[in-house]
Amino acid sequence: MADESGKARAKAYWKDTVRLTIGLLVIWFTVSYGAGILLRDWLDQVSIGGAPLGFWFAQQGSIYVFVALIFYYCFAMRRIEKKHGVEA
Amino acid sequence: MDFWTLFFVVTTFGLYIGIAIWARAGSTDEFYVAGHHVHPTVNGMATAADWMSAASFLSMAGLIAFMGYGGSVYLMGWTGGFVLLALLLAPFLREFGKFTVPDFVGDRYYSTTARVIAVICALFVSFTYIAGQMKGVGVAFSGFLGVPFEWGIVIGMVIVFFYAVLGGMKGVTYTQVAQYCVLIFAFTVPAIFMSLIITGNPVPQLGFIGEAKGEGVAMLTKLNNVLNDLGFGEYTQTDKSKIDMFCITAALMFGTAGLPHVIIRFFTVKSAGAARVSAGWALVFIAILYTTAPAVGAFARINFIDTVNESTYIADEEDYESRAAEIEADGGKPVPTWYKDWEATGLLSFEDRNGDGIMQYRGPDAPDGIANEVTPDRDIFVLANPQIANLPGWVIGLVVAGGLAAALSTAAGLLMVISSAVSHDLCRRTIFRDMTDKDELRVARISAAGAVLCAGLLGIFSSQLGFVAQVVAFAFGLAAASLFPVIFLGIFWTRMNKEGAIAAMVTGLTTTFGYIYWFKFVDTNPAHWVFGVSPEGIGFVFMWLAAAVGVAVALATKAPPEDIRELVEDIRVPGSRIAHGAGDRDMAPLPRD
Repeated sequence: MADESGKARAKAYWKDTVRLTIGLLVIWFTVSYGAGILLRDWLDQVSIGGAPLGFWFAQQGSIYVFVALIFYYCFAMRRIEKKHGVEA
Repeated sequence: MDFWTLFFVVTTFGLYIGIAIWARAGSTDEFYVAGHHVHPTVNGMATAADWMSAASFLSMAGLIAFMGYGGSVYLMGWTGGFVLLALLLAPFLREFGKFTVPDFVGDRYYSTTARVIAVICALFVSFTYIAGQMKGVGVAFSGFLGVPFEWGIVIGMVIVFFYAVLGGMKGVTYTQVAQYCVLIFAFTVPAIFMSLIITGNPVPQLGFIGEAKGEGVAMLTKLNNVLNDLGFGEYTQTDKSKIDMFCITAALMFGTAGLPHVIIRFFTVKSAGAARVSAGWALVFIAILYTTAPAVGAFARINFIDTVNESTYIADEEDYESRAAEIEADGGKPVPTWYKDWEATGLLSFEDRNGDGIMQYRGPDAPDGIANEVTPDRDIFVLANPQIANLPGWVIGLVVAGGLAAALSTAAGLLMVISSAVSHDLCRRTIFRDMTDKDELRVARISAAGAVLCAGLLGIFSSQLGFVAQVVAFAFGLAAASLFPVIFLGIFWTRMNKEGAIAAMVTGLTTTFGYIYWFKFVDTNPAHWVFGVSPEGIGFVFMWLAAAVGVAVALATKAPPEDIRELVEDIRVPGSRIAHGAGDRDMAPLPRD
């Protein structure tokens, strides 16, 4: 990245990437540590099918969300790359 | 020896060797990273097999069956790590574009010392992990094929030798794909039948939250009630504290993200973007097993209680058929045939404490005051499932082949880390810097062969000591506390320097090792744990300590050279990577074509 415009572009690209990453990690934390462990007793008041919701998040739900998070990340990163003209 | 077991084991092993011969590696590039051109989905599948070990396949569902809600730490911990890997590490390390994890540490921190410490971390983590895999191979062979334990390990070593030494990462990748197919089929087929029997729903994930078949009550509620009546804790509760659950889950997640044998899989795809997609696929393939496992655990627990508890024992010297008919005529329930089949393996044991000939399965505080008489091993739940579900004999053979596939694929991935750490990081980059590519490939093969041998010996040796299960806690804790912080800070903080990295790795390695060693081998009283955090979860706590020490030391010492800052900025933005620094100049990755 020798030229100045390239540097500015890289900076803007990185800023967008970090913002996206933080947002997704908040969700990652919420569904696993939040729903599955810390808030589980409160969530257990509700049931999904025959399973208490907090318990379900700990054993099933969090995993489904993890998969969705990574694919959303791929999709969003491609959009960021297009916006800043980066080729990945 | 069972025909079908032999058939599946021989067929799958033949397949693995065939792939190994087809995928021979011709250069170091092919040997270490399969030439960087593995398709993301294929790599995802290989990563899934690489990651899911004998423990995931054989032990995890059983662990959950016993621990109930407490088993969630494994489910979340061993999947959530892939989110960290995809978002924080994999694409950037791929963009960095070298062969190994110590490669990144050594070049990013412009230091041979840092490289060597990273090699020590990688070797330590990989060897503890591989001992367990080899032990699993030995157990599978001795339990199912009647081969002595040591010979079982030797057979496993020969197979791994073939595709790891000949094919390197290229051979390992394609055998792992085949092994994934074998293991996932072997895991899900019995699960579907179990689900049909217990809930009437063919999808285990739905059966898990559904009703118990024909009883109008939720399967999990039924399980809770049954366990309560027998004096066990409720399935959806745990005696673990919240802080311990939190720390164990986190240590497993960050440990997963820092495990070298998982990270190097993402070096085999062609770009940073491909590494991201590949991590997604890896988690899809893993999630198929990981969302099925809790269902299998719950079904197996119900089924075990239904069929074994209060059944009348039939001794080996009695004729099973006639005695069973007699018991049924008296209105009793005979011990199931699968129980008798598995009793010989030592995975199940019955001690008739009250001398009534009936098998009472009870928890620690049973309301009726009867002492427990039946002790099942956690591995039995996956192994006996096909018979519990009355599946044809060939399914059992398939499960054995699946267990071996899970153990061998993980062992091969670990061997690649060990051999590349020795041949590439120690020999080529540290000691003999003027080695040619051809020499390095030869050394890589020799060290892979040496690693196979060490792993086998370790498997035989450690099983006699019987501490493998405990030692696995080391691998995750150490990966989380020693490798994760330096890789993460190396990408996300340009100011991180050599001094900080060395301080962080040494802090993470020594504190975590010390804590685990102390509370696993010296003082085993859980009441003395610091803040109530078990040795399994302590890696998470010391990870923060290591990072804090690293940042403090980095701020107190000189900033890294300008060249290195530019290197970090380059790997953040795909497609802008050029050579930086002395170590990078002659070994920078080739421009993408």
